[in-house]
Parts: sequence; C-alpha cells; structure tokens
Amino acid sequence: MFFGIEWDTSSQWAFAVSIFPILLHGLVVTLQATVVGFFIALILGLVLAALKSAPTRFIRWPAKLITEFIRDTPLLIQLFFLFYVLPEFGLTLPAFLTGALALGVQYSAYTSEVYRAGLEAVAKGQREAARALNLASSRTFTHIILPQAIPRIIPALGNYLVSIMKDVPVLSVVTVLEMLGVAKIIGDRTGGYLIPLSMVGGLYLVMTIIASFGVRYLDTHLPKRGLSLK
Amino acid sequence: MEWTSYLAPLSQGAWVTVQLTVYSTILGGIFAFLFGLGKLSHNPLLKGISVAYIEIFRGTSLLVQLFWIYFALPIMGQAIGLDLRFPPVVAGVVALALNIGAYGAEVVRGAVQAVPKEQYEAATALNFTSRKRLWRITLPQAIPEMMPTFGNLAVQNLKDTALVSLISLGDMAFRAEQIRNFTQDSVTVYTLVLFMYFGMALVLTACMKLLERYVGRWRAVGR
Repeated sequence: MFFGIEWDTSSQWAFAVSIFPILLHGLVVTLQATVVGFFIALILGLVLAALKSAPTRFIRWPAKLITEFIRDTPLLIQLFFLFYVLPEFGLTLPAFLTGALALGVQYSAYTSEVYRAGLEAVAKGQREAARALNLASSRTFTHIILPQAIPRIIPALGNYLVSIMKDVPVLSVVTVLEMLGVAKIIGDRTGGYLIPLSMVGGLYLVMTIIASFGVRYLDTHLPKRGLSLK
Repeated sequence: MEWTSYLAPLSQGAWVTVQLTVYSTILGGIFAFLFGLGKLSHNPLLKGISVAYIEIFRGTSLLVQLFWIYFALPIMGQAIGLDLRFPPVVAGVVALALNIGAYGAEVVRGAVQAVPKEQYEAATALNFTSRKRLWRITLPQAIPEMMPTFGNLAVQNLKDTALVSLISLGDMAFRAEQIRNFTQDSVTVYTLVLFMYFGMALVLTACMKLLERYVGRWRAVGR
C-alpha cells in the first residue's frame, strides 16, 4: 500500500493497473519539482548572466568561474551538499525544496549561457543603428535587443525544462517521492521491479514527446524578427 | 578526523569514476556512430532501430534507464529464461554508454548531414564506392564538426557517473556518502568531492580539446 492505494498482485495486468494511480501521485511531484527548479534556474541564471557581463573583471571572472564550477560538478553531489550543509548553517528546508534548489543551481549555469548567447546573437548592426538614432542604452536594451533575443532564448530554455524533468529522479535520494522513487519503493516491497520501472520509462517518454512538440511549436511560431514587448 | 584522511578512500573512488567515464565514453562513442549513421541509412529496419534507440534513451531519464537495467532486466530475463543479472559495473557502464550514445548519435547525424552535398556528388562522380565515400569523404569532414559537442557530452558523462553510486558501485560519490555516514563531516567531504569532480572535468575537457585539435587536421583545406 502506498499513498493509501492498495496494489493488486493477482496478475501482472492487474498489478500494472493498480499501481498506475500511485505512479501518477509521483508524476505530480515530478512535475512540481520540474517547475519550481526551472523557475529557480531562470532567476539564478539571470543573476549569473548579469554578473558575467559586469563592467569590472573582478566580478566577471569569479562569476565565470562559478558558472564553470556548477556546470562541471554532478547534480547528485550538489544535491547532497545542499541537503547536508544548509542545515549546518541553520537553514533547514524540506527535502522537496532542497531538491528543487539543487536543480535550479545546476541549471542556472546553463540558463545563464542561454541568456548570454541569445543577447549576443542579435546582429551588431541593430546596436549600432540604435546608437546612431541616439537611443539611450536602457531603451536600446528593452526595445531593440531584448525583443529580438527572446525568440531565440525561449526554445533553448524549453529544452532545458525537459532536461530538468529528466533529472528530477535524482531527487529521490533525498527522500523526495517523485515518480521513479515511488516506482522503486513499489519494486522493493513487491519484488516486481519490471512493471513499475517500465511504466515510469513509458510515462517519461510520453512527457518528453509532448514537451518536444511544445518546444518545436514555440520554435516555429515565435516571430523570428522579434517579439514586441509593448 | 583530519580531512587528509579522507583522501585515500576518495581517491580509490576517483579511480573507479575515471574508469567508468573512460569505458562508458568510448562505448558511448561507438553507439553514437552506429546509431547516428543508422538513422541516415536507407534500410528501413536499420533506420527504425536507430530512431527507436535514440528516442527511447533521449526521452527517458538516465536514472530510470540505470534502474531498469539493474533491477528490471533480470526479472525480464527470468521470464524468458535468460540470466540477465549484471554486476553493477557492467550495468553502470552499459547504462551510461547507451544514454550518452543516444545524445551523441544525434550529433553524428547532424554533422554528417552538414557535409556539403557537392562532396557526395563529387565522390560519386569520381566513382567512389559508398563505403569509401563514407570513410574518405564524409567522416573526415564530419568528425571535426562533432568534436566540440562531444567534449560537452564527455563532461556530461563524467557527471552522470555519480549516479551509479545508487546501484552500490564504489565510485567517488559512493565513497563520499560512506565517509559522511561515518564522520558526519558533510561540509568537508562534499566540498572536497565537488572540487575533485571539477578537477576531473577540467582534465577531461583538456583531453577532448587535444583530440579536437588532432582531428581538426582532417578538415577540408580551403573551407
């Protein structure tokens, strides 16, 4: 029994049907962790990107080093680090939030690069034209650069959203009951790993296929010439 | 306990991590070429298998794949009368290689498709056999284009090896967890391990850069 739902081991088919609602409970947690982690990654990535384009190299270089460090170290270790170290500094978060934070930290290194690449991809002539027209640099950014960068940034961020979703199972090691963790526990208790784990694989496949259609839709339907912010 | 006393068990784990990374990256590279070229094949069976492989392993989580191979495959083997129980090392290397190979296959496909069409036409006009065209014309031009992404994938693979500690393989992450259980000194242990992974990633990146420079010589002159 799990989440108050009994499983039925009378036949393999009945077993699969009976554990499906249990896995869906896990699926909801997976999606929640994905969304929360993604938002943390969006914000932290923005901070890192801003620091990496700071006017002085005393900020720029450490920011680049931190990004590189985050990107080159495993999510699992970062997760353990946050899970065991934060409480020692008096910050005790629930496992779910620690997990989402770890996802956010790991992927902030990637999102910061997405922002940077998106902004740099805007043609140099645009900046020069804005300058020639005597636009203030803040106006150039919000009205010229950003509207043209956003259509490039959003699909790339969408790909990382999918990657985050695929990394959520790592959170099961700190007792977050996401889908794979749930399937593993069902397997531990019944001895039947094959059906729950295969179902998780299948559900993942369905989710990533839907998500990749979404990303492709965004990629083709966002106006390539820029998105008006007005 | 001094932090230096952690170094001996951690370096034992580090050696396992290095071996896992090397074996699974090489095996993954082989999968990448096999299935990346398979996806471009005109044979519908080869193409179908390659597309299915790439979609399944890119579309699901590595940890799901790892658990499936380690926990679920033996049960399936039992049902069909085969012994598919693998030791953790084999399950780990195979899962990592299959996963990274699927990502690599898309890179191979992209790079091969990016070789200009005139190159194929010229090779055909010069009466090259299709095997010779692949080995002498396509791959020497495609491989240098793959290398930067392969470098990223190799680092990705190094990071992913940490997950095999969850099927009780004694890699660096596993040793770290053991030491933490024993000493409760989580700050030191995990800081140390983070820096060790970072160091390994830097070395791996440097190696991939060297390889990139080596195969860069295959690039067509004048392009």
